[in-house]
Amino acid sequence: MSAENLVLFFIVGVFLVASGIAVAYLIAPRSTNRQKHEPYECGIPTEGPTWIQFRVGYYLFAIIYLVFDVETVFLYPWGVVMRSIGLRAFIEILIFFVILGLGLFYAWKKGALKWV
Amino acid sequence: MNDHIYDFSQLTRHIDESLRAAMSPTWAVVVELVIIGLVFLTFYALLGLFLVYAERKVCALMQNRIGPNRVGKWGLLQTIADLLKLLTKELVYIERADKFLFNLAPFIVIIASFMAIAAIPFAKGLQAIDLNIGIFYIIAVTSVGVIGILIGGWASNSKYSLIGAMRSGAQVISYELSVGLSLLSVVIFSGSMQLSEIIRSQADGWWIFKGHIPAFIAFLIYLVAATAEINRGPFDLAEAESELTAGFHTEYSGIKFAFFFLAEYINMFIVASIATTMFLGGWLPLHIDHWAAFNRVMDYIPSIVWFFAKTFFIIYVIMWFKWTFPRLRIDQLLTLEWKYLLPLNLINTIVIAFIVMMGWHF
Repeated sequence: MSAENLVLFFIVGVFLVASGIAVAYLIAPRSTNRQKHEPYECGIPTEGPTWIQFRVGYYLFAIIYLVFDVETVFLYPWGVVMRSIGLRAFIEILIFFVILGLGLFYAWKKGALKWV
Repeated sequence: MNDHIYDFSQLTRHIDESLRAAMSPTWAVVVELVIIGLVFLTFYALLGLFLVYAERKVCALMQNRIGPNRVGKWGLLQTIADLLKLLTKELVYIERADKFLFNLAPFIVIIASFMAIAAIPFAKGLQAIDLNIGIFYIIAVTSVGVIGILIGGWASNSKYSLIGAMRSGAQVISYELSVGLSLLSVVIFSGSMQLSEIIRSQADGWWIFKGHIPAFIAFLIYLVAATAEINRGPFDLAEAESELTAGFHTEYSGIKFAFFFLAEYINMFIVASIATTMFLGGWLPLHIDHWAAFNRVMDYIPSIVWFFAKTFFIIYVIMWFKWTFPRLRIDQLLTLEWKYLLPLNLINTIVIAFIVMMGWHF
């Protein structure tokens, strides 16, 4: 099968979830009261808004991740041709890795990898 | 010598030919697509149910208990009973939640795992779609699942969910790097991203043996990183029961909760099957040099048995992790990835590139 048939798997995935929810919608009981539709917080009413500014640590890691993930994507085509090109590919990627390693080292020394 | 036995491509070719003989080509394609869809749907559901059962049995084994044993023989029907019960449970919604995103999240999580399973080679000739960028595709698609977790946690408008989702996001994207880099080592070795090609390159020995110590290090890093990427213990911060009640799926009930649960177990199967395909030779039998008689006996075991035996062994190891190690704190988790695994992985990749350049691998 060719790559276009991935659409089939997408459709089957949608079908699985949709049919599950549809069946549950048909046979599950329904009842309502005010407390039921509150967010769960150990039985007491929730205090203040939930959608607030979140701690910046997660954001920092996401930014560093972005740098290294693009690099990983870049490395895959190199990995495929590494064997056939040989020494030249090795030296070039060595230079690339040194630059990357410096980047990681800089982030490390700057304290960006520390959970504050 | 006996390349032909247990080859699934003959079966599929036979079905294809008989369908084409019976009806017009367009309808034959439609019927084939429906068959493939149904087979994968059934496989997906049964696999999820079985893995939940296996998890409970392994947990019981580790804790010196019996585990589920009432419903059906050895409790085999326990998870089916659980599924039926979850189906009949009310779908509670949250008044102040973002309803559209709240309902969208299970779809994303399930679709991501379902599309990843399309590219996995289960046995000789039994692979739905053999992409030429197979492994790259699987890495890309499985990482979409975390978006579903983030959306679900955020849209719930519950503090536990939000914290769980944020942790999950930070954790999965961090360990994504190690997964990518450790799988890259096999791509360097075999010089291809196509999964069937990678398996063919292991015909004279699995990469974990052929690749010397660096390949083994890459395998270990992959196991740790994959365990973290599927949010399983000891890296299950996203749903840490003892502090976040249930993490990102606190507000989900009934079948929607079941879908998150199902996707989590299928993801475990996916990472285990990737480890099998990349490092342990996929569906290839175990061969030892110069042991001709041993190798012939091994050849008679069907390839699908080899694949599932290796995969379930990896799954067992991942379950073993969960019931052995205590949960990490988030700062320990990020330190492990960024200060140990990532530098180690970068150095390991260079060593592997060097080995391949010198031709030192077998």
